[in-house]
Amino acid sequence: MNWEVVIGIETHVQLRTQSKIFSGSSIAFGAEPNVQANAVDIALPGVLPVLNREAVVCAIKFGLAVGATIAPRSVFARKNYFYPDLPKGYQISQFEVPVVAGGGLNIRVGEQEKFVHLTRAHLEEDAGKSLHEDFHGRSGIDLNRAGTPLLEIVTEPDMRSSAEAVAYARALHALVQWIGICDGNMQEGSFRCDANVSVRRAGEPLGTRREIKNLNSFRFMQQAIDYEVQWQINEISEGRAIRQATVLFDPDSGETRAMRSKEDAHDYRYFPDPDLLPLEIGADWIAEVKAGMPELPQAMQARLQTEYGLSAYDAAILTASRAMADYFVAAVAAAGAANAKAVANWVINDVRRSMVDGLRDEGGEPVASAVRGDAPGRDVIRVPAEALALLILRIAEGVISNASGKKVFVEMWSTSDSEVDAIIKRMDLTQVSDASALEAVIDGILAANQKSVEEFRAGKEKAFNALVGQAMKATKGKANPQQVNDLLKKKLGA
Amino acid sequence: MSLTPEDVSRIALLSRIELSAAERETTREQLNGILGFIEQLQAIDTAGIEPMAHAVDVVQRLRPDVVTETDRRADFQAVAPETEAGLYLVPKVIE
Repeated sequence: MNWEVVIGIETHVQLRTQSKIFSGSSIAFGAEPNVQANAVDIALPGVLPVLNREAVVCAIKFGLAVGATIAPRSVFARKNYFYPDLPKGYQISQFEVPVVAGGGLNIRVGEQEKFVHLTRAHLEEDAGKSLHEDFHGRSGIDLNRAGTPLLEIVTEPDMRSSAEAVAYARALHALVQWIGICDGNMQEGSFRCDANVSVRRAGEPLGTRREIKNLNSFRFMQQAIDYEVQWQINEISEGRAIRQATVLFDPDSGETRAMRSKEDAHDYRYFPDPDLLPLEIGADWIAEVKAGMPELPQAMQARLQTEYGLSAYDAAILTASRAMADYFVAAVAAAGAANAKAVANWVINDVRRSMVDGLRDEGGEPVASAVRGDAPGRDVIRVPAEALALLILRIAEGVISNASGKKVFVEMWSTSDSEVDAIIKRMDLTQVSDASALEAVIDGILAANQKSVEEFRAGKEKAFNALVGQAMKATKGKANPQQVNDLLKKKLGA
Repeated sequence: MSLTPEDVSRIALLSRIELSAAERETTREQLNGILGFIEQLQAIDTAGIEPMAHAVDVVQRLRPDVVTETDRRADFQAVAPETEAGLYLVPKVIE
């Protein structure tokens, strides 16, 4: 039986403002409970919400970045439900006329590219937090988070696998950070995804969906969707119908579990909020925001290909995050455009791999001493771009071999020392290019490896490589491999 | 359109308001009265008129993104029924 998986994603992106969306309270993370909850946030009678201009700017930036329509006039609505961390009894959101409509994102799974369509993105306020433990049978309410500005971004049901869902979430996560509207901190809840999942047999109409709430890591998203898909297929295969429900993912058991079924689902009774007037966004404002936006990843990807001759794959990796792209640009600026390809290789193979998998030595083995006391530094680039550029220049100039360059890189990454020339000197890596010194080494090797010499003369090419290897070993990798090749060929009369 | 007693019970539940049978009947009559007004409004021909989201035809004023509020937790919590460790306490809520 061929099953098709259908996934749509809703993401709550916390906007990177100083103050709340409708009040002048701070949104700084980690404050003492309720010290950032003022009269508007705790819903005292007689207060009036006033919209934060910067939150609107963030929405405009997002709309521009995904090629969406920015509504010239949008409306705030009350979403009514009863919960103590929502003291007004309603959340201010947008319903019929959201600020952003349409647009989409390119995602990549392996070599496959796909365009995920967005339905809409709307501005809303976050709720507070409920703490259910330790208050002798009562719940504790912290309203610091109440009123934090959110942009809720909703996709069409365009994704067909957990891998595509994760690729979308990652692409969106990178984009909102790239354009500077979100800090992307998933641990602190700045980027939270809900996945709507259904399955159907090929060619049939859409199945009933279940919504997996509050996925705050990409790994959990993948696990939760995979589990949910299998569960739904099993249910249908055994003749049971799927009932629409909200489910939670339990990372410990790896299972999804229903929270509430549709029967007692909320009826939000949306209506336009009389406290807020329609939000008007003129073409001049949009143009002003656009002028201040950075080059977008897609455009930069194309530019890196044409400007430096990089492959589409390399350009995509380098523009996967703003930090990586900025690093590459700074390193190319220091090393010169002529070395751009080498910089790309170093950034992708060494810098990126060290960040993702941990530091490896020149032979690809993990370096145990790389982590010294501090965090593994997944998102910290421990070699400054200028230092990497200088290292690449020293290799290009022939001062050190490529193999020695890897050693210098490992040293810099693991010690945070970025004095390239001093490290080369200290580690005694300067390339031996003095012909007479090298000739003496090669003479010694030829004398000591008569067997390889005879094999080579008998026509075995491999024997030649063995001799090159011996020479490199004898010079501790400091010989210029090309020079060794030339000298050996000369001596062997090849 | 007119509301049934069941409709009123459901609205009361959504709003977490407890109504006695007598209150439910009074509330139903009042709500039906409001719906009656709305029916009068709906009878008006609004073809070709752009819907408004607000009774006043002006647009939203915006506030600069500046933190203007200071910590007044002690003042607010002085009038709260129950607090502990800076939190407002409420009857236990379980999903």
